[in-house]
Amino acid sequence: MEKSLELINQKIRDGNATVVTADRMPTLVDEIGEDRALNEVDVVTTGTFGAMCSSGAFLNFGHADPPIRMERVWLNEVEAYGGIAAVDTYIGATQQSTTLGEQYGGAHVMEDLVSGNMIELHGTSRGTDCYPRRTITTELVIDDLNQAIMVNPRNAYQRYNAATNSTDRTLYTYMGTLLPSYGNITFSGAGALSPLSNDPGFRTIGSGVPIFLCGSTGMIIGEGTQHSPAGGFGTLMVTGDMKEMHPEFLRAATMHQYGVTLYVGVGVAIPILDKELVRSTAIRDEDIVVDILDYGVPSRNRPSLRKITYAELKSGKVELNSEEVRISSLSSNRKAHDVACTLQDWIKKGKFQLALPTKRISTTKISRPMRETARVPRVRDIMNTNVVSISEDESIKTAARKLLRGDTNHLPVLDREGTVVGIVTTYDVSKAVVKEEKNQKVKDVMTIKVIKTVPDEHVDVAAQKLERYNISALPVVDERNHMVGMLTAIDLGKLFGKRWQK
Amino acid sequence: MKLLLTFSKKKGREPVIAQVVKQTGVLISVERAHIDSVSGEVLIDVPDTDAREVCDLMQAKGVTVRILEHGVSLNEEECIDCGACVSVCPKEVFYMDEEYRLHLRDERCVLCGKCITACPHHALSQTL
Repeated sequence: MEKSLELINQKIRDGNATVVTADRMPTLVDEIGEDRALNEVDVVTTGTFGAMCSSGAFLNFGHADPPIRMERVWLNEVEAYGGIAAVDTYIGATQQSTTLGEQYGGAHVMEDLVSGNMIELHGTSRGTDCYPRRTITTELVIDDLNQAIMVNPRNAYQRYNAATNSTDRTLYTYMGTLLPSYGNITFSGAGALSPLSNDPGFRTIGSGVPIFLCGSTGMIIGEGTQHSPAGGFGTLMVTGDMKEMHPEFLRAATMHQYGVTLYVGVGVAIPILDKELVRSTAIRDEDIVVDILDYGVPSRNRPSLRKITYAELKSGKVELNSEEVRISSLSSNRKAHDVACTLQDWIKKGKFQLALPTKRISTTKISRPMRETARVPRVRDIMNTNVVSISEDESIKTAARKLLRGDTNHLPVLDREGTVVGIVTTYDVSKAVVKEEKNQKVKDVMTIKVIKTVPDEHVDVAAQKLERYNISALPVVDERNHMVGMLTAIDLGKLFGKRWQK
Repeated sequence: MKLLLTFSKKKGREPVIAQVVKQTGVLISVERAHIDSVSGEVLIDVPDTDAREVCDLMQAKGVTVRILEHGVSLNEEECIDCGACVSVCPKEVFYMDEEYRLHLRDERCVLCGKCITACPHHALSQTL
């Protein structure tokens, strides 16, 4: 048996459609079976409410007198895009205020607009014959704008990998605060409530389909950027009228030391047309598997520590390396449920009709990494291989002599095999001299916990280490911890003028 | 009861907490301590019945004592029940109920402030 969309919409108009939220569907199908579920359920509503950085809005302010073609635009001191003529702009959610930094950004401007708060617009222009005005500063509320149209390039991730941190310091990421030594795990996404998890074949989710977007009736434009459904990481590009949105379902946020983001509420209503859709909407958190990635590795290819289901993630605790680790959600399960329930309510009251895609979204695409044409400098390209070193048992005087002769401030301390066991600096040696203790050796004054790098490391990552630990040199070691060179702050100068490529 | 003790440099290097434990016999649990060259701040937990005695003796020894009646406080208007705070808290102050609504047991809070920075929505604050 199959049902037509016309029939479902007729039932919605008549006020007798059966609508259930996606989290109810698995138990319902267990209880009454797939055939009866197809017969009895007309629509399954889904929802998600999480940080979706790739969001923003097109705004039109109407013309000033004399008119201006704004080339640079600021809203509450957050810069918006000025390359789309006259009095149009696109405000991106993650753009930060020029004065308040990560405490206020594009997302906050959007929340303020939707909340009916006053926004200060400031624009500049070089002035033309047709648009003579050079600056404008004015205060506006959303009702003063001709259009405020949200267009989010990448929302509603089907699922998202969880995050943890192997390093010995706290990391502040877009996945929130990650405590050292696998101290916690964070994740995002609504699991079995998530829109795309309920129709992974994109049969009812596609271009032109009406959706719930931040409290308004929005629409799916098509596939989102980085759409990668072949691996289970589909995304949607969505749009909606901000004048109809509600601040309850759109919240600006700041991820500490990462920046500004926007929490967006998205819900899709899935018409139950056939048994395949009964099955796909009966998905459980147990069925959705992601990886736990180590954000301590500063690379695109972060290693996976293990697989985990959304059921385990939502349980709040999991075993990792035979220790119990606590888990935080970054997206709100409660609000995801609110989204699904609100959409359910709209449909039950006949306020929301369903439509099938006017254009299907690919189910086979894989998002590719960036093609990089310029070689990125690695530590091996700029490191110094002519290194003066010292052994543990040598005297402070020898160390001082080597520092002077080697014209350096750092002496790596090597054992017989050439393994790095410590480092002494000019400062350590000076301190030893002042102490005036007799027969001091290198091993008495050296630093044992040495921050190191490897030849293959990207220079940017090594430079971050220098900055973070407030040091000026890093011994470069191979995989056996044998010394192969030194990278100093001075070597970083080679990056200028592309001298490292020669 | 949680007491926030503030020491100043002038008191020198007296082992004040140890002295108070010895004199009163009250078992003091140190929950958080920050001590630098100029001053020190220590958060202690003592049984409610002994708090008065500990307070008085600490003050007699020149320590500024503040009774902390509340832990971190939650602004429910701003909170969206995401749970970002749950796993960063060392004292398991936060938990989710079955409807994924956030609750806090503020009597466990030691005001370390980790959740305040971790909250994406500025919903948590410290009222002293």
